[in-house]
Amino acid sequence: MQKKYSWYSLLKAGLSNQEWDKAIPLCKPKSKYDVIIIGGGGHGLATAYYLAKECGITNVAVVEKGYIGGGNTGRNTTIIRSNYLRDEASSLYEHSMRLWEGLSEDLNFNVMFSQRGVYNLGHTLQDMRDIERRVNANVLNGVDAVVVDHKEIKEQIPIINTSKNVRYPIMGASFQARAGVARHDGVAWGFARAASNLGVDIIQNCEVIDIEVEEGRVKGVKTTQGDILADQIGCVSAGHSSVIAKMAGLRLPVESHPLQAFVSEAMKPILHTVVMSNAVHGYVSQSDKGDLVIGAGIDGYNSYAQRGSAKIVEHCAAAILELFPIFSRVRMNRQWGGIVDVCPDACPVISPTKVEGLYFNCGWGTGGFKATPGSGNVFAHTIAQDKQHELAVPFHIDRFTTGALIDEHGAAGVAH
Amino acid sequence: MFLIDCPYCKESRDQNEFAPAGEAFIARPQNPEALTDEQWADYVFYRTNHKGDHWEQWVHTAGCRKYLLVKRSTISHEVIQVSTFGEINSENIS
Repeated sequence: MQKKYSWYSLLKAGLSNQEWDKAIPLCKPKSKYDVIIIGGGGHGLATAYYLAKECGITNVAVVEKGYIGGGNTGRNTTIIRSNYLRDEASSLYEHSMRLWEGLSEDLNFNVMFSQRGVYNLGHTLQDMRDIERRVNANVLNGVDAVVVDHKEIKEQIPIINTSKNVRYPIMGASFQARAGVARHDGVAWGFARAASNLGVDIIQNCEVIDIEVEEGRVKGVKTTQGDILADQIGCVSAGHSSVIAKMAGLRLPVESHPLQAFVSEAMKPILHTVVMSNAVHGYVSQSDKGDLVIGAGIDGYNSYAQRGSAKIVEHCAAAILELFPIFSRVRMNRQWGGIVDVCPDACPVISPTKVEGLYFNCGWGTGGFKATPGSGNVFAHTIAQDKQHELAVPFHIDRFTTGALIDEHGAAGVAH
Repeated sequence: MFLIDCPYCKESRDQNEFAPAGEAFIARPQNPEALTDEQWADYVFYRTNHKGDHWEQWVHTAGCRKYLLVKRSTISHEVIQVSTFGEINSENIS
């Protein structure tokens, strides 16, 4: 396996026409690990990477029922930002943002992180008050943010419709310049390869079918590739978190919903930034490939089906067309759904559980992608020290019992 | 997308006419003061989030505006059974 990618390796491979080595080896499970991570999406792979890199625990397996990055990691609309309202959430997402800023170099893998800025539009006076409050909170927390009015938005994005003669005219926006997008499956591959280089086993096509608990402590997992013992188990299985929790006799404060997105055919560059709107409910950016990446909302009903109802897509398309009438004849290429685990307060659970040695990182709902490195980082420390990382403390599952919820619906009420 | 047979309207109608209203059979505690914080949290926030055949509440918002019970697969979205609240409760569900 090629340990390091570089200009030299690229040149050498290019000139010699050599076959590239596989980025990660295909692994079969060993009988025992120190830590098993259930779920080979971005968050799970990031957890394994930081366990190996920062916590010195390399006897780690990531078990994934499909292929890595084949779930929500490859289904989201890749938006990265940290302009959350609450101190707890803002600290966590900003921690993640700082990791994003050095991630390609750290992983030796180009995750195509592009800080092209994110506009969160406001369409009513109350939207603008909320935006000002959030921007002020961001600035106090050291997160870059400014309020811009509709004229500035029009100057920056000439194709946007700032007419007053629409149902929800644009009044202004918050703008975070350091926000942007990244190549989502590249993130999974980058973390997988970097973790694998540090000795982590990444086991694909290996579904966990049961969790062994003995006297209140985890013993290991039963999988479709046999039994694996472990001292500690971290569950990072997004939409299926409740299913895994049930195996250990636990209930979670999350419900699984379909979240849909769609992309257009590839076009010449037309939109250089990310535009999101909570009020009309849609968000759009243009990928480096040229297609418009558009995200809709969740269906209100529970589902594990990775598809949602057409009215959600229709509603989102209507919102995007009101913002960008020029897109009315763009043909859409593909549409899909992912299953997101939504918490009542729109904030994740990063927490130990009543079962000793079993930890959950779930409830990211509609906005987990942006947190991938930060989530993995704090979860790795939480597992390694058997004590929550300081940034994870407010995200303990007990907050639903104590009432100390982190109400982030202001920043996360829209799917993103 | 799926159709729901409204047990009140006696008609099969598009799901878009209905709004989901959460997991079924979560009874409000008779004596909330007697509950521990854990029991209260379980009532308010914790959910079964079942993968498979799942009983849930819907309301026929664009129709009769009545609440109804639906047993639906969360894997295939197939509607298996519909019922009024009078016919079925947490004791006699299948």
